Amino acid sequence: MTKPLASRGFSLGRLAIYGTLLLACAVYLIPLIVMLLTSFKSPEDIRTGNLLSWPEVITGIGWIKAWDTVGGYFWNSVKITVPAVVVSTLLGALNGYVLSMWRFRGSQLFFGLLLFGCFLPFQTVLLPASFTLGKLGLASTTTGLVLVHIVYGLAFTTLFFRNYYTSVPDALVRAARLDGAGFFTIFGRILLPMSVPIIMVCLIWQFTQIWNDFLFGVVFASGDAQPITVALNNLVNTSTGVKEYNVDMAAAMIAGLPTLLVYVMAGKYFLRGLTAGAVKG
Amino acid sequence: MATLELRNVNKTYGSGLPDTLKNIELKIDSGEFLILVGPSGCGKSTLMNCIAGLEQISGGAILVDDADISGMSPKDRDIAMVFQSYALYPTMNVRENIAFGLKIRKMPAAAIEEEVARVSRLLQIEHLLNRKPGQLSGGQQQRVAMGRALARRPKIYLFDEPLSNLDAKLRVEMRTEIKLMHQRLKTTTVYVTHDQIEAMTLGDKVAVMKDGLIQQFGTPQQIYNDPANLFVASFIGSPPMNFIPLRLQRKDSRLLALLDSGQARCELPMGIDDAGLEEREVILGIRPEQVCLAPEQPNGLPSIRAEVQVIEPTGPDTLVFVNLNGSKVCCRLAPDCPVQVGDNLNLQFDPARVLLFDAVSGERLGVVGNPQAHAPKDNVAQFKGR
Repeated sequence: MTKPLASRGFSLGRLAIYGTLLLACAVYLIPLIVMLLTSFKSPEDIRTGNLLSWPEVITGIGWIKAWDTVGGYFWNSVKITVPAVVVSTLLGALNGYVLSMWRFRGSQLFFGLLLFGCFLPFQTVLLPASFTLGKLGLASTTTGLVLVHIVYGLAFTTLFFRNYYTSVPDALVRAARLDGAGFFTIFGRILLPMSVPIIMVCLIWQFTQIWNDFLFGVVFASGDAQPITVALNNLVNTSTGVKEYNVDMAAAMIAGLPTLLVYVMAGKYFLRGLTAGAVKG
Repeated sequence: MATLELRNVNKTYGSGLPDTLKNIELKIDSGEFLILVGPSGCGKSTLMNCIAGLEQISGGAILVDDADISGMSPKDRDIAMVFQSYALYPTMNVRENIAFGLKIRKMPAAAIEEEVARVSRLLQIEHLLNRKPGQLSGGQQQRVAMGRALARRPKIYLFDEPLSNLDAKLRVEMRTEIKLMHQRLKTTTVYVTHDQIEAMTLGDKVAVMKDGLIQQFGTPQQIYNDPANLFVASFIGSPPMNFIPLRLQRKDSRLLALLDSGQARCELPMGIDDAGLEEREVILGIRPEQVCLAPEQPNGLPSIRAEVQVIEPTGPDTLVFVNLNGSKVCCRLAPDCPVQVGDNLNLQFDPARVLLFDAVSGERLGVVGNPQAHAPKDNVAQFKGR
């Protein structure tokens, strides 16, 4: 790094590359900066200053007000997301295990049909799902919403795990069978401990999908049980009174932070799992 | 310690598909080492999986100590297996890998500890017990895989090409070690390989397989010296047996094989005298070590002058290739033999050791006691051109 820039091939081309990269960074970062700045401004400040100006007084009033409005819904989202992510990941792992290690007649067709679920838009399942939930007596309940998320997510989690397990040699399963292990022992003792990387992928994917979901939340949950995405929408889209942009921005940040956190934390485990799981013959 | 008997074992993966195993019949005594050898796709691994119970047989019976086990699940068969890929559990360390089968079988912890210690001492892997499989070399993984099989003290060991992932030097070492282990433990063993040297060196009994059929079942010596057909003769032996297609001639009511090296001819009297044999296409089979230099003084054995075309010194032997009847013939000569390409050598054969095969069916001709007593009637091996 001590060498002058010119000797490392500083050129117009390089300048163009870095320029483009910086521009791309700005495109992605400026909205976040605007959100953060606005959330700490007072309403007067927002009216007088421009979007990117530094707040004259840094105030947490927006955040406090936002938490008062959407805080309860935040916990609703937690109650919906955590069980849905855990159950869909576990079931996906089990499905993937069966579809890769215990193939049965028609298992390929079964997997193909299941894959079809990955391409189904949310909207197409709304009516059948609400019909089913009604029959089950789960309409407008958190359990019902969790169930919909689990079923919808299974296609993806099964795909992840099935593809991961097909790269695991079946000799492992055969060795365990000869060692006397049964179906669930092999799954729990041999395969699941090997699956850390793909579990992390699944967790990130499912958490992001379910936490950020709006449509299922608005359709299948009602009133106080709604997830934070719906609450945020209700807050931002109110047409009465003065628009409190600082509260809107803070609420949006609150709604978006958990997925960001999951990426930061699980991403680390994800990488560690990838390198630690390396098995060479 | 157990006997193993396969009675008319059949395996098919569905009607319409060709049978993977056809009427497999064999029996080995307690403590014997059985080799299943054959080219890839011959059904040897399928047969092993059937013995282990990982695949169901479609017909016949598998008997261990005269009890039919073919309906049992793998865990009840008391059989342990060493896999080609070792199949060590990657998240467990060596100790846990060896102990896994014992834990599942609910052995008390102290006994497990003792067994792991015994096995690791036996295989000299005591210093590796706390390592993960990923931190071991190929040879060490191989030992651990064997340790996992040994720990359970099963009735039968199965080895599925256990050495094929090792480099050449380690393979030879481990081969000797497996043999040593078997001599010490005397456990009935079935060993699958496509390596004919492993087959010859390790086995008490060898079953040569092709296309789901046992071509020949016997001791390594029987297989080598008395091959039942062209396929067995060509598969076992390195460098392989020489094959010379020709037509026998009858002279003074004796059958003769006429060899022609381009510059000389020689008549090889045949020990058999089947009527009508001179009408058929036959193939003469001679092992490279059975072609030798003729001594200065004629000893009554037929000899022929032939021009050396290629020389391959291997160290312990020098392989010399000459041309007889248009076929390349390999002769295994002493390494100190002063030969040059283009030299003319006086080569000699012992007609009594020369084998004769039917060119169409591949069957061995003129065998007095048929060595392939176990092979089914429709056993026709096609000689593949080499």
